[in-house]
Amino acid sequence: MAKRVEASNVTAYYGGFKAIENINLTVEPKTVTALIGPSGCGKSTFLRSINRMHEVLPGARVEGSLTIDDQDIYDRDVDVTAVRRMIGMVFQRPNPFPTMSIFENVVAGLKLNGVRKKSILDEAAEKALRSANLWDEVKDRLGKPGAGLSGGQQQRLCIARTIAVEPQVVLMDEPCSALDPISTLAIEDLMFQLKDKFTIIIVTHNMQQAARVSDRTAFFSIEKTGDPGRLIEYDNTQKIFSNPSVKKTEDYITGRFG
Amino acid sequence: MTTTVTSHRTRPPAQPTSLRGRRLPWYAAPAIAVAALALAAGIVYGIDIGGPVLVVVLGAILYLVGLFAAANAVEGRRSARNRTWSALIHSAFVLAVLPLVSVVWTLVSKGTERLDGNFFQTSMNNIGARDANGGAYHAIVGTLEQVGIATLITVPLGVLCAIYIVEYGRGKFAFAIRFFVDVMTGIPSIVSGLFVLAFWVLIVSPWFNDGRPSFSGFAAALALSVLMLPTIVRSTEEMLRLVPAPLREGAYALGVPKWKTILRVVLPTALPGIVTGVMLAIARAAGETAPVLLVAGGGAAINTNPFENNQSSLSLFVYQQAGDASKYAPARAWTAALTLVALVLILTIAAKLLARRNRLSR
Repeated sequence: MAKRVEASNVTAYYGGFKAIENINLTVEPKTVTALIGPSGCGKSTFLRSINRMHEVLPGARVEGSLTIDDQDIYDRDVDVTAVRRMIGMVFQRPNPFPTMSIFENVVAGLKLNGVRKKSILDEAAEKALRSANLWDEVKDRLGKPGAGLSGGQQQRLCIARTIAVEPQVVLMDEPCSALDPISTLAIEDLMFQLKDKFTIIIVTHNMQQAARVSDRTAFFSIEKTGDPGRLIEYDNTQKIFSNPSVKKTEDYITGRFG
Repeated sequence: MTTTVTSHRTRPPAQPTSLRGRRLPWYAAPAIAVAALALAAGIVYGIDIGGPVLVVVLGAILYLVGLFAAANAVEGRRSARNRTWSALIHSAFVLAVLPLVSVVWTLVSKGTERLDGNFFQTSMNNIGARDANGGAYHAIVGTLEQVGIATLITVPLGVLCAIYIVEYGRGKFAFAIRFFVDVMTGIPSIVSGLFVLAFWVLIVSPWFNDGRPSFSGFAAALALSVLMLPTIVRSTEEMLRLVPAPLREGAYALGVPKWKTILRVVLPTALPGIVTGVMLAIARAAGETAPVLLVAGGGAAINTNPFENNQSSLSLFVYQQAGDASKYAPARAWTAALTLVALVLILTIAAKLLARRNRLSR
């Protein structure tokens, strides 16, 4: 299920502004990879290029090559919706669809892609909610609005919604930044479990979180405001946090910079 | 430490020594109001310069002055300003509501005179100046058909146009469309009537009518469409823009195609607002008289076919009855006006109920 993500010379623009430059990085299947770095260094931009969400914004474009198990996702013949079905994404702020119930939210991806059979939807909803550790909390109120849940529950609902379409890779853009420590812990636990099935790439500002949940860590940085973000160091998380090979990484994780 | 902090400020605020202050008793404001009214009445009637309206206006001014003076003397300047502004804001509210209440009251009091079964079951066909009965059945049919057809035309067109502007339109073309929609918003209804008269009634309708131009309810519906379209486009556009971008991105990230995201996520989220905009447009169209007069011609008889011959409408009926010489006509005009307002009100309430996010609304 899980697939390898390989980026080579990825450069992304917002109109005339170059946000990231020449990112080379390989993410192995069934691992958690954390992207860390100061604000504005292009972590999110890179993450959004992986499932072609970057180009949703007007004027945004990506150069270089990004492959999922040797398929170039920026190939001309590639259907962008197929890419996004294969590479799911969880956003910084929980964004359940306000007009849909909890159940409809979870199966939104399936339903809007043409799955109609009730039994399949029921099964998929329960499976996804169980995987997201939300089933016990919502099983009695699946018909209630998704927006009525607490922030942490909403975020797990969004994770359930993402994994319900059974992607190969799950991207998470600061999924815990709007949550309290208990909800954060619940989502971190969840990442450990999801790792068995999915390749996970997470952007986080929380260094402890990166150290706790990830196998590999990529450190991004910029020289100064207006410069494109670059990948400074990419290594095993343990190495990055104990003995980084680049001075700048060490400065950042010890809090002397950024 | 304290001195260094205060020295940075150009003017240190005076620290109150106590949090309590003297307050006017609760009966002060009504007492001042009564006194002001009494004084105003004394002045107005004493030197005989006007009637009750002047008493109220003068009384209001005296009340504001008196309230300010009393509060200033007892509670201090800040509190006096606060009370005066509160009083002014409340007066503005009353002034704004006054005409509204007056209109509703006039409509109801004068409109109930002919509010009988006969009014809703008969037309003005063969009703002479000396006949007390006669009704608006034909006009109600006309309004419902014309506004109904206009709604059927404009809602899909307007909503799709707004979707284009918000979700797809880039660059000059979208800008031009938005600009022309804005221009269209300002088109006087008589101009849209003239446009349909020149284009549809005189040029197109002869093709369907053995070579002779013909008035029709459909032509009126077209003229109303021209008026409704910009309202619907603009209000839908605003509502679509209010749908948060993360919702769209959430759907895209699930691999949902753009058109389906718009149809199943964006539109349902914006639906209550869109319905409000549509109802505003319908209300405006239902109240238009000039275009209907120009291209449907009006008529006294019941004509249920919107595609042939003259049709009336409620607003046109009101216009014609209000100008009629018969002593029975004004009552019919008032009842028709009341019917029109009630119709729009009922439609609005029904639409709002339908558009509520029914079982999911909180």
